[in-house]
Amino acid sequence: MNLLTLTHLSKTFDNGLNALADVSLEEKDGEFLSLVGPSGCGKSTVLRIVAGLLKPDSGRIEFPHGRPEIGFVFQEPTLMPWTSALGNARLPLTLKHVPRAEADARAAKALARVGLAGFEKAYPRELSGGMKMRVSIARALAAEPKLLLMDEPFAALDEFTRQALNDDLIKLAREDAITVIFVTHSVYESAYLSDRVAVMTPRPGHIAADIALAQPAARDAAYRFTPQFADGAARISAALASAMAQAA
Amino acid sequence: MSALKYIVPLALGAAVLALWQVSVRHYAVPAYVLPAPGDIWAAFTANFAQLMAALWVTLRIVALAFVLAAGSAVALAILFSLSRLVEFALYPYAIVLQVTPVISIAPLIIIWVGYDNIESALLIMAWIVAFFPILANTTIGLRSADANLVDLFRLYGASRRQILTRLQLPTALPYLLGALKVSGGLSLIGVIVAEFAAGTGNDTGIGWTLTEASRNLHIATMFAALALLSLAGVAIFFALTWLEWSLLHRWHESAVKRQI
Repeated sequence: MNLLTLTHLSKTFDNGLNALADVSLEEKDGEFLSLVGPSGCGKSTVLRIVAGLLKPDSGRIEFPHGRPEIGFVFQEPTLMPWTSALGNARLPLTLKHVPRAEADARAAKALARVGLAGFEKAYPRELSGGMKMRVSIARALAAEPKLLLMDEPFAALDEFTRQALNDDLIKLAREDAITVIFVTHSVYESAYLSDRVAVMTPRPGHIAADIALAQPAARDAAYRFTPQFADGAARISAALASAMAQAA
Repeated sequence: MSALKYIVPLALGAAVLALWQVSVRHYAVPAYVLPAPGDIWAAFTANFAQLMAALWVTLRIVALAFVLAAGSAVALAILFSLSRLVEFALYPYAIVLQVTPVISIAPLIIIWVGYDNIESALLIMAWIVAFFPILANTTIGLRSADANLVDLFRLYGASRRQILTRLQLPTALPYLLGALKVSGGLSLIGVIVAEFAAGTGNDTGIGWTLTEASRNLHIATMFAALALLSLAGVAIFFALTWLEWSLLHRWHESAVKRQI
């Protein structure tokens, strides 16, 4: 059952930058899909079109079962510095006029789920990079999204923090049956996280390969050293190399 | 170290005053050229009631001009952020008003409002001087909201009003508070300059006290009035610095003490 269907999307920006050329993609309900490609290949543009923040020049975007509640996580934590972790996590609910007490309770629960119980009153400047990203994820979760769009969210974090957040993300997405589109330029991160990986070519981006991965439900640090993981990473790597070669 | 921060400048001030006092006495400098600190203090105590009344008149106008400038500049900046067309139409004229020296339009304003209405003239001139820094900074601040946050607000269906009150105004706050510190001092300067320009009429502010004392060669009274004006300027600056600190210290980098 498809949650999302993209058909022949193209986008050229006003400054003449041709970002997308004929992108077609579908995603099943509950699927974890990664978009992998070189910098500037239009991955973020796809996310922004799906979120409704950008109109494609041509092509269609369809949600067969109606537009789901959408969450968005950026590469930067993108928090409001003038309010606490709770105030930030509460944002989607505040904007939707959810009563304050209920919004507080739901935001606090979202913070607890990303491991930030007890940090409700902390201001962003008092938090580490990894904790800020957790607040950003809690903010997305607070709105109880069906579809979570993530734009290289862990690219700026150190390896340990990134792996911990990868594990938490898999768990949270499964618990809430959230469909995810995860943009990254890391082959290994996509091989670890995804049920499916769509490999994009350099600009103007289109889908060069669509790779399904058979993932174990439970993944941990040891999984990164299994032949199954290595095989997935190798297939993504090869597809990426071939996509780059086509473009060159 | 922190005690030295206060002791050193105070000790320097005391030393300069002492040297001043001794030199003026030693070289018998006439009081109409340079009065000694003791003479200034005597002039201050002798004219205490009159000086305080004059200061009060001036500061009342300063405060009113400052509040009016802040209110109207923030309102206009919000209007600019809502409509580029309004900004294109009005901003050039705001700049013209800013770059024209206020002293040069003073006679015109005084003629318009009339000599019997001199306080309104002072108010208008201080308002003009204090207005522009607040307008310019708040306009930039309202436009400086993080583009990704704007997208997020749109994704969650925020209204124009929610984007303004929950994103743009908090973003603009540090810019606004910085501008208020500049404009607080400017409104004091504006009133004094306007009092000099008015020169007469029924003005009774501290600017007029200065003019009158200089005409009568009461140099000690001039110094006393100057010292009062400096104190008032410093008080305005500290009050606005305190306001800035109390609103920003929880979250803004400029007001955060570094831990390392």
